[in-house]
Amino acid sequence: MKNLAAEEREGMSVIVGTVTHWVCAFIILYGLYIVAYGHLTPGGGFAGGVILACGFMILMLAFGKRRLVSMLPISRAAMLDCVGAFLFWLLAFGGMLFVGNVFFKNFLPHGGRLRLWSAGIIPLCNVAIALKVTASLVLALVALSVLRVKAGGSDEEFITDIDEE
Amino acid sequence: MLMNLIVVLLMFVAIGAIIAIWTRDLLSALIAMGVVGFTRTVVFVLLRAPDVAITQVVVEVLLLVILIRSAVRREVHTVEGGRKSAGAALAAALVVVMLVLGVIAVRELRPFGEPLEQRAWDAPALTYIDKGTEQTGAGNIVTAVLLDYRGYDTLGEATVLFTAVVGAIALLRRKSRRSGVEAPDEG
Amino acid sequence: MVYLLCLVLFAIGLYGVLTQRNLIKIIISLAVAESAINIFLVLLGYRVNGTAPIEEGTLEQHAAFVNASVDPLPQAMVLTAIVIGVGVLALSMVIAMRLYHRYGTYDITKIRKLRG
Repeated sequence: MKNLAAEEREGMSVIVGTVTHWVCAFIILYGLYIVAYGHLTPGGGFAGGVILACGFMILMLAFGKRRLVSMLPISRAAMLDCVGAFLFWLLAFGGMLFVGNVFFKNFLPHGGRLRLWSAGIIPLCNVAIALKVTASLVLALVALSVLRVKAGGSDEEFITDIDEE
Repeated sequence: MLMNLIVVLLMFVAIGAIIAIWTRDLLSALIAMGVVGFTRTVVFVLLRAPDVAITQVVVEVLLLVILIRSAVRREVHTVEGGRKSAGAALAAALVVVMLVLGVIAVRELRPFGEPLEQRAWDAPALTYIDKGTEQTGAGNIVTAVLLDYRGYDTLGEATVLFTAVVGAIALLRRKSRRSGVEAPDEG
Repeated sequence: MVYLLCLVLFAIGLYGVLTQRNLIKIIISLAVAESAINIFLVLLGYRVNGTAPIEEGTLEQHAAFVNASVDPLPQAMVLTAIVIGVGVLALSMVIAMRLYHRYGTYDITKIRKLRG
């Protein structure tokens, strides 16, 4: 098992690694742009969150699983997931706290027409959703391709590669 | 004309789906599923849905990598055949019955591409398009619908995604090795 | 019509779920059926010679935008459905992996013992 693990864990060659360094920055920047302008151009929180998760995925493919988990450990990804969901709920609840008794009311001012800072709580909701979707999909990625399953044994031999939990 | 184009693309999707389900090699099945996903993206772009197309193409790439990494291991690559014929005949009969009922139901639908004002004169979507920008301040009406008019559904969706991922991580937990404690089977 | 093709696609996925023996193939058939329903929903909202529901003009172009935009409501629902579909597929793959670890095979006719 160790031989398979060693050659699978190292990632790909130097060329792929160097190009990935540059490309990954663009991917993450593009994902953040889609999230930030979600209320003006196509995209929004979901699409931007999945693009950011793809950026992390390309890091995992090029540099191996150890590098991804050292950058974003499972516990931190889970915490970011919870923070995103809680932030979204907090924004929804803010409508109830600040303006009357209406759940999910859009309570921030609308701003100028079709500018970046407009549309009330919608950009903040986009950021919370993107955080949540990114963390969730990176966790799913780690669960499905980082942790190793050994076939046909009892439960004692179930190996988790990255045992931080 | 657009309908013919979409019919051709949907036939590609059907061919890809048939190959994905009935081929013997697991890697080919997953690649055929990728074909299905990318053709769906083209269909969404033709149907003037850019949000959905962006989400679909990125989700398809992510899903392909996840599935290939997790399902195609070094030991298992090929797939056994189908089941015995009695079960297959019953399943085919059920599917044909569902198709017949579906054809009857689809005939009740309005023709494809009819404008919304003629289809349902009091649809809420007309209010969303007309007053969306001035009521929410967002230019992207789909985002305004998702996060302002239908924000509750988005909250529910975030909860579903959260639950699915928490369940996935919880299923992969290592059994505790404390002596004398018999942990329950997690299968 | 295009609606019929979506139904046929859903029927293909359903037939795959009912008759396949390999667990991974069942999951793939589930994904195909979900694809068919998403395409059907977006097809419902189309409008002939429509434009995308993104408003980016001035106030004078607003009337033209209202007359030509497609329905945004099915697109919002399908956006949510696609992301939920990813979560559900990931969870079912994890279940399949656990079953493989427990029984050593993906064949559902051999996974019969509830407590091994």
